[in-house]
Amino acid sequence: MNDFLFVALAVIAALGAISVVLCRKVVHMAASLIVALSSVAGIFFSLNANFVGATQLMVYVGGTVILLIFGVMLTSMSAKAELKTTPIEAIAALASSVLLLLVFTFTVGSVSWSEHFKLLAGDAAVPKNLVEQGSSSFSSVALALVGVRTDQPNAHSYLLPFEIISIHLLVVLVAAGYLARPRGTQQEADSTAE
Amino acid sequence: MTGDPLSILVWLSAIFFLCGFLCMIVKRNVIGMLIGVELILNAANINFVAFGQLSRLGIDGQIATLFVIVLAAAEAAVALAITLVFYNSHSTIDADRGESLRG
Repeated sequence: MNDFLFVALAVIAALGAISVVLCRKVVHMAASLIVALSSVAGIFFSLNANFVGATQLMVYVGGTVILLIFGVMLTSMSAKAELKTTPIEAIAALASSVLLLLVFTFTVGSVSWSEHFKLLAGDAAVPKNLVEQGSSSFSSVALALVGVRTDQPNAHSYLLPFEIISIHLLVVLVAAGYLARPRGTQQEADSTAE
Repeated sequence: MTGDPLSILVWLSAIFFLCGFLCMIVKRNVIGMLIGVELILNAANINFVAFGQLSRLGIDGQIATLFVIVLAAAEAAVALAITLVFYNSHSTIDADRGESLRG
């Protein structure tokens, strides 16, 4: 049952990603992106990566995609004007994507992943059930982000990258707000200050 | 395609990357290209979590995924701000019109 759910989620995610490419309108692309990202979050849950799955749902589906939809609404040109792809662009895109697909087929397809899977699993017996494998990781991921490793006590923790990325996010969001400010507000603010 | 979860996830990640790449090439809409970038970042996330969880590599893959998610959010915020400024000055979000920005 769990394996069936896993494969079904993978298929839905792949179909969502493909329909992102095939949709013409940006709003439809964003809707397909929600489907794809939510199924990837489901895959993360079924891989027992609960923290990442929840973050994917909240930040990606709940934040980034909503931001993209706001962008679509704020930049809506005349509703009928669609940006068509010219034939030359389509041919170039088709050629390069076919090349990339060949590369993937030869690289991903030539590796027998099940052998490497056993190699990576090391001495531990390969679990039959997806739920059994992976650590139950919610609290260990959360603790590793604030500097305590519970799973491997000698491994380094992620407190410094966590702080760096939090300051980075703050700076980036302030900069985004500054960039997207309405035009002319700066001069008005200066003149009123004077 | 064999049935083991690792190969399914690697193929899923390859599909995501390919779709994101195509999106970035084909779409002339700036926001469409942004959606392609999101797909590509998500392909990396799938690989991180798959190799981290299906082996004994521990939680490092999950933490890398968290950082990628946060960076994707930051990237989307800045890119949308730039898109808004571009739309205000050009009244379009056609990426090809951006060649007037050439220094």
